Amino acid sequence: MKLSIKVNGVSRDGDVEPRTLLVQYIREHLGLTGTNIGCDTSSCGACTVHMNGESVKSCTMLAVQADGCEVLTIEGLAKGDEMHPMQKAFMENHGLQCGYCTPGMVMAAIGLLKENPSPTEEDVRIGLEGNLCRCTGYHNIVKSVLAAAKS
Amino acid sequence: MIPAPFDYKRAGSAAEAISIVSQYGDDAKFLAGGHSLLPLMKLRLAQPAVLVDIARVNDLSYIRDAGDHIAIGALTRHTELEHSSLLQQHVPLLSHAASHVGDPQVRHRGTLGGSIAHADPASDLPATTLALGATYVAQGPNGTREIAATDFYKGFLESALAADEMLTEVRVPKMDGAGWSFQKFNRRAQDWAIVGVAAWRKGSNAGVALVNMGSTPVLATSVNNAISQGSSVEDAARLASNEAEPQDDMNASADYRRHLASVLVRRALEQSSC
Amino acid sequence: MGGSILGNRVLRKEDPKFLTVGGKYVDDLLDESLLTGALHVTYARSTVAHGKILSIDTSDAASMPGIVAVFTGANLGLTPQPATFNPMVARSALAMDKVRYVGEPIVAIISETREQGEDAAEMVIVDYDILEALTDLEQALTSSTHIYESCGSNAVFDTTALGMPDNTGDAFFEGCEVVVKQRVLNQRVAPCPLEVRGAAVAWVDGRLYQWLSTQHAQGARDSIAAANGLDASQVRVITPDVGGGFGAKIGSYPEEQLLGRLSKEVGMPLRWRETRSESMMALGHGRAQVQYLTIGGTRDGHVTAYQMHVLQDCGAWFDMGAILAPFMTRPMSSGVYAIPKIECRTTSVITNTTPVVAYRGAGRPEATAAIERAMDLFAAEIGMDAAEVRRKNLIPKFDEPHTTVIGQTYDVGDYEVALDKALNAANYEELRAEQARRRSSGDVKQLGIGVSVYVEITGGVPPMGETAKIEITDDGRAIVYTGTSPHGQGHATAWSMLTSEQTGIPMENVELVWGDTDLVPSGGGTMGSRSLQQGGVAVFKVAGQVVDKAKAIAARLLEANEEDIVLDRDRGAFHVAGTPAVAKTWAELAVAAKADGGLKHEEMHSVASATFPFGAHVSVVEVDTETGKVSLIKQIACDDAGKVLNPLLLDGQIHGGVAQGAAQALLEEVRYDADGNPVTSNLADYAFISAAEMPDIQVVHMETPTFVNPLGVKGIGESGTIGSTPAVQSAVIDALSHLGVRHIDMPCTPMRVWEALHGRK
Repeated sequence: MKLSIKVNGVSRDGDVEPRTLLVQYIREHLGLTGTNIGCDTSSCGACTVHMNGESVKSCTMLAVQADGCEVLTIEGLAKGDEMHPMQKAFMENHGLQCGYCTPGMVMAAIGLLKENPSPTEEDVRIGLEGNLCRCTGYHNIVKSVLAAAKS
Repeated sequence: MIPAPFDYKRAGSAAEAISIVSQYGDDAKFLAGGHSLLPLMKLRLAQPAVLVDIARVNDLSYIRDAGDHIAIGALTRHTELEHSSLLQQHVPLLSHAASHVGDPQVRHRGTLGGSIAHADPASDLPATTLALGATYVAQGPNGTREIAATDFYKGFLESALAADEMLTEVRVPKMDGAGWSFQKFNRRAQDWAIVGVAAWRKGSNAGVALVNMGSTPVLATSVNNAISQGSSVEDAARLASNEAEPQDDMNASADYRRHLASVLVRRALEQSSC
Repeated sequence: MGGSILGNRVLRKEDPKFLTVGGKYVDDLLDESLLTGALHVTYARSTVAHGKILSIDTSDAASMPGIVAVFTGANLGLTPQPATFNPMVARSALAMDKVRYVGEPIVAIISETREQGEDAAEMVIVDYDILEALTDLEQALTSSTHIYESCGSNAVFDTTALGMPDNTGDAFFEGCEVVVKQRVLNQRVAPCPLEVRGAAVAWVDGRLYQWLSTQHAQGARDSIAAANGLDASQVRVITPDVGGGFGAKIGSYPEEQLLGRLSKEVGMPLRWRETRSESMMALGHGRAQVQYLTIGGTRDGHVTAYQMHVLQDCGAWFDMGAILAPFMTRPMSSGVYAIPKIECRTTSVITNTTPVVAYRGAGRPEATAAIERAMDLFAAEIGMDAAEVRRKNLIPKFDEPHTTVIGQTYDVGDYEVALDKALNAANYEELRAEQARRRSSGDVKQLGIGVSVYVEITGGVPPMGETAKIEITDDGRAIVYTGTSPHGQGHATAWSMLTSEQTGIPMENVELVWGDTDLVPSGGGTMGSRSLQQGGVAVFKVAGQVVDKAKAIAARLLEANEEDIVLDRDRGAFHVAGTPAVAKTWAELAVAAKADGGLKHEEMHSVASATFPFGAHVSVVEVDTETGKVSLIKQIACDDAGKVLNPLLLDGQIHGGVAQGAAQALLEEVRYDADGNPVTSNLADYAFISAAEMPDIQVVHMETPTFVNPLGVKGIGESGTIGSTPAVQSAVIDALSHLGVRHIDMPCTPMRVWEALHGRK
């Protein structure tokens, strides 16, 4: 099936099997491997990207469902060498270790602040319920998101 | 994990979607947000031959004031229910329950109609709309019909919808200032409820329904009747499981579920009474 | 001259990449030219826990679109290979005669796309003669059905067979005023690195190149070579970024060892990546012990005897998990306590479950959980405060090695200070007062306070020691080669700090090379909290040696005596003491050394002993006494890992460890149904802890340097897990102790708590 998705500001045309997941399309067809796959059940959030400005799990969407939409991935966040404030906050607060959950976590965190620009610690913890991390104990992730909200 | 192969059709209108599904019968499935169906397809527990994508049927995404009730288009997403001021004003229980479905990403994709049509007893919104006395509108090849929520849930993942019928609207009576409570008891925030309770109360009227207490969402009729007959909250809550047939699973035995139901119903009614 | 960088909070130099384009994990190697045209491997796996294979029909699978080849063990002529640690236990990489757990690989499918492989795997038909599924450890111990028939028993390893004494039973407690017994479950958990297993292979000029998500490339090279009948020199393992390991990615697995052979068969490079559902069944699990504990002592709180019999569930293979109980749990059985008499027998038992491997802490969390649980039971029996009974029995502060009665020698310890620090940070007295208030008012939500004090063993996994090599480039950069293997710990930052400290070369000009066995042929990988105390110390020492070599060259160039040359670390230049204006830079010295083979040094840093980090944790929980729901509301962690290199990295290790520990105490458990089917085989069913279940973690620092290495450092990778698990479990039980609850097995799920309260089960 033919499709056209604007990814990180650039229109990309493709041709996929209907069963191709959006995350596969992003990774394997477009070569944007920053977005990761961590589970089979929409549980871990490693594949989180933004579609039309909202966080979604790209493993639980068909690529064809995103036809005509705008998708933003981790690769589209920084402006040249200037990291997005959320990326900076993760760096400054050691919000990542192995890095595998990180792209999805950052995208989910940005989505969280869009809906709630001044969250409490509790809001952040609940807001990230759909993103799993095995390294950080979430402590510094929560700190990163709170720091980004302040900045 | 990747779904088994299927044909994909995109419908521009409800009528078109219904006519496509009519062609393929049981082999076809409607795809709305996909957050109930796609996980099953990835695990290959569902292998429909044809998916009819209805997500672009724009005229089915709305939340409208319809006098004594709020009319909600079937394709309205959970996030829209969560953030709708109209719903917060008139049916706050539903708006609040929607904020507990899955996680934020799931709520950005999942739809009210999809959740109800999937008829999962462990889902939050089927039971919530049941508690609220909602009516569902189904459209088929021969027009539309209304189905009371109380007549809708037929069995595990089974509803009164025919294969070629599509849920198009959910009509939820306004709560008119009734007290309400939504109790979701789970292991982790993102999990389905081990037991959930949606409840409202106004004077001697109450509506209580249970999540994950049987093969369908369960209306706690005994509780509701007891309240209307003047029972105390505590006495009524003891009847929580009268209509339920809870299962044993990894997280809870049936006994434990019954116990939880009575505790949570009591708490929900207390909260609704304030 | 500026101060030392060591001990400072230094941000990670690895982060910008991870944050902007993401890591390059094994499944991301799309532009690797050696993998051009790579086909995909999918394994069809056993759907029964225990059975004889009657037939394997791959004909339908082979005729599916895009299928290049389908292999069974018979096709490939595989034979059973003995387990490294126990030759009596043997299996083939693809199950042939028999399957022993759900998820065991049986058939390898090679396809053009990954989707086609998944489609074909559905079409493989295996006919089984189903045997009794022994997923329960204690059932397997007594069953007459033997999972490896040749062993004649499912109990395949026992300390009594190693010449260690058997337990003497109740007689051991003669003279004790108080004796308490408890069966304790240390449940099976899944390590769950967020990146599952994956690999890619290509044959290059007759050598096997294998990209692998591993914690130990050199070990994996050796096991892959052995499995393929190759010399280690014929295999090159290359480690891309690794998305977590937690012990489960030590070494290599059959699915990984087979890839080279499969690639040879089809004459194409191959990629393999398991799904999470496969990973939950076939990546090794952790813990999985049942412990029979008996503790005895005096009414005034002195423990005088402690006995444990540990049953270690090996799963269906004799992997590292099988030897954790005898060689990690048993030696640490005394914990931080001066107990005059200890007996510990361990028995390792094969079951029809996923093989057990090392998982964060690997044997020590189990030892700590056991003694801490025993201490609590003893305290409850004599009506003494949990902190007080611990204090009474702690080994007093020691600076010289201390040997416990079980025979383990610890380096240094100051346990009472750790306990005090944790209690003070927690406002322990106030917590107890609040608890008393809630108890007397009959609050639905009761407060529980759990205390644990622990000591563990780190760096003790052979090879004891680590190699480092540092090479100075012509432009004055340092390239550091290390046999350790980062997967989140921050080695690039830490090793750059150590190198920069010695050489004055700025951190950004230090480059780290690891995990490629052609570039770093020897190394012990990253496991057992060994990296800094072995690999880091090696880098530190070698950097010092490079400085010495540079001084010699500078002396020659500056026509001065070597001992008069000083290194100005602020500008990374050498000069004669007193005449800083005439100096030689690292770049100049590297160029000058070219004729002599370059400016570089390589050395193996050998270590005499493991180190023994210790600490104390306090957990505070609220337990809803009506529903059994537990909320962890506070976690205080005082972990002493000796000198701190970078508190940023240290705290991160503690946080992650604490979350995994709390997860084991409250949520996570791998479970099987009666037929041996896993019921927690994805992340929706397996309760992997999330941010919403974790509280803020309060880290309290304490630094007691070890004399074992020149940096005075110990391991911190596992401490958080070891200290937190018993503290959290203890807090749950403490919340209900006034209601008569003495013990709840982990995970303390709402139903278990409710059952304990209602005296059911």
